[in-house]
Amino acid sequence: MMDLARITRSRVFRSLVRHGYPDSNRNRALAVFSNFFLHVHPVKVRLRAIRFTRTFYLGGLSLAAFFLLVVSGLMLMFYYHPSVPRAYEDMKDLEFVVSSGVFLRNLHRWSAHAMVALVFLHMTRVFFAGAYRPPREFNWVIGVLLFVLTVLLSYTGYLLPWDQLAFWAVTVGANMANAVPALGPYAKFLLLGGTTINENALIRFYVLHCMLLPMLLLVGIAVHLWRVRKDGGIYLPPPGEGENP
Amino acid sequence: MSATRFAAEPGEDARAVPVRLLVVQEEERPAVDASAEPQVMTFPHLLIRELCAFLALSLLLVVLSLLFDGPLEEIANPEKTPNPAKAPWYFLGLQELLHYYPPLISGVILPTLVIFSLVVVPYAHVNVTRAPFAAGSPAERRRKLGWLWLATAALTLVFLFTGAHAVWPVIGPLWFCALLATVPFLSDAKRGVIGLLARRSLPFWVYFWFLLVATALTLVGVFFRGPGWAFTLPWRDGVYH
Ligand code: HEM
Repeated sequence: MMDLARITRSRVFRSLVRHGYPDSNRNRALAVFSNFFLHVHPVKVRLRAIRFTRTFYLGGLSLAAFFLLVVSGLMLMFYYHPSVPRAYEDMKDLEFVVSSGVFLRNLHRWSAHAMVALVFLHMTRVFFAGAYRPPREFNWVIGVLLFVLTVLLSYTGYLLPWDQLAFWAVTVGANMANAVPALGPYAKFLLLGGTTINENALIRFYVLHCMLLPMLLLVGIAVHLWRVRKDGGIYLPPPGEGENP
Repeated sequence: MSATRFAAEPGEDARAVPVRLLVVQEEERPAVDASAEPQVMTFPHLLIRELCAFLALSLLLVVLSLLFDGPLEEIANPEKTPNPAKAPWYFLGLQELLHYYPPLISGVILPTLVIFSLVVVPYAHVNVTRAPFAAGSPAERRRKLGWLWLATAALTLVFLFTGAHAVWPVIGPLWFCALLATVPFLSDAKRGVIGLLARRSLPFWVYFWFLLVATALTLVGVFFRGPGWAFTLPWRDGVYH
């Protein structure tokens, strides 16, 4: 205890964290308030708001899945070349050459499935709670955008292994884009960088999947969480009133 | 929406333009909760919960990744079309729709309509209070019940006859929801299951229908479709993917 107090009082520690050990409510408040990552939270929260059954933590779990995807995705990027047939060979290397390569790929894949499900369930939870109503209507719209981005991320990622599964799943989707009246063939050409799914499509999907879409999603999530705060925290029915779904 | 009763613009530099103004604006801002309900410190109460949730999800996904390997088939071959060619499960609802409607309707119009509906949900000021659908005077209730079944009948006809096949994964949930929503019109019970149904609003029923349709389409696409997108039974023919 003595040493801990010495450390938290040291000049180096104080330059990093400007408050003492969080053993008083003042320091606990400062721990949240003066930390860049924690200050999305208010210093105090209503007990009802943090109950598991209120949100099932689905928004937070969506974020957690996204975090796991970014970490495992970055590691996959160290091994992956977006070219034909190298992309497929890299999958085989992950399987037979890279230590824990299969695990890495599995983690990224299952996290992606989990994220799609969690985001959809989160949307459903928010709807049934009636939390989309004013003043939260715009945050709901941002949410819909996040859902679309999540689906697009999983769609673009699906092509990257360049196996039969990838190729034909993406074919189904590209043909849907083709069906847009008048603009369809242009939309498909823009998406694939050609009229068929080939190496050009792979590099486009790679850039969308690893750069553009994740960055848009990150910014979208930041705005979304900021709005949760600005809209007065998560929605709770007025005390004493029941739910009114 | 809300008018500003009195607004004034303060100068940029308070020292150069020393004016103090009282601004009364009827701006709608969510109030910071002023009620006397129980509060706790975010550190540690919320943070520990978030950490647990994160660790639980991570653990689950790590275990899944150790136990189950993701699929990897042969290298992509444009000459060799697999049959069936299935997308990942979360797209199979859409792919199932392709079975009934041409791509323009199933792949473009219907998804756009769903996204559009989701976006306008909070702005269409229909029933913002989410009053129970079955509430109101006897005359109102009769009218609502009439509309409910008129809409159900119309939608049933649409989904029976406009597709290449009758779209049962849409019609089934429609009737299920309509029947459930009708129960409170037949009984005045305030408690139990009927009470639970009686408190549901129209938005609830619409979203519930959407949820069931999405689930039904996805389940059919994942488990009950085989070569040529023909209907199969998973316990007889296995699951195609
Ligand atoms: C990447 C996807 C998303 C992330 C990471 C995310 C994150 C969160 C978090 C952490 C919260 C705090 C409360 C909670 O956990 O429920 C929240 C609330 C909220 N989210 Fe999301 N969200 C996402 C997608 C969506 C979607 C798809 C919608 C709806 C279409 C949505 C609408 C909302 C609304 C309206 C709230 C306020 C809820 C309330 O006041 O009770 N979000 N979100």
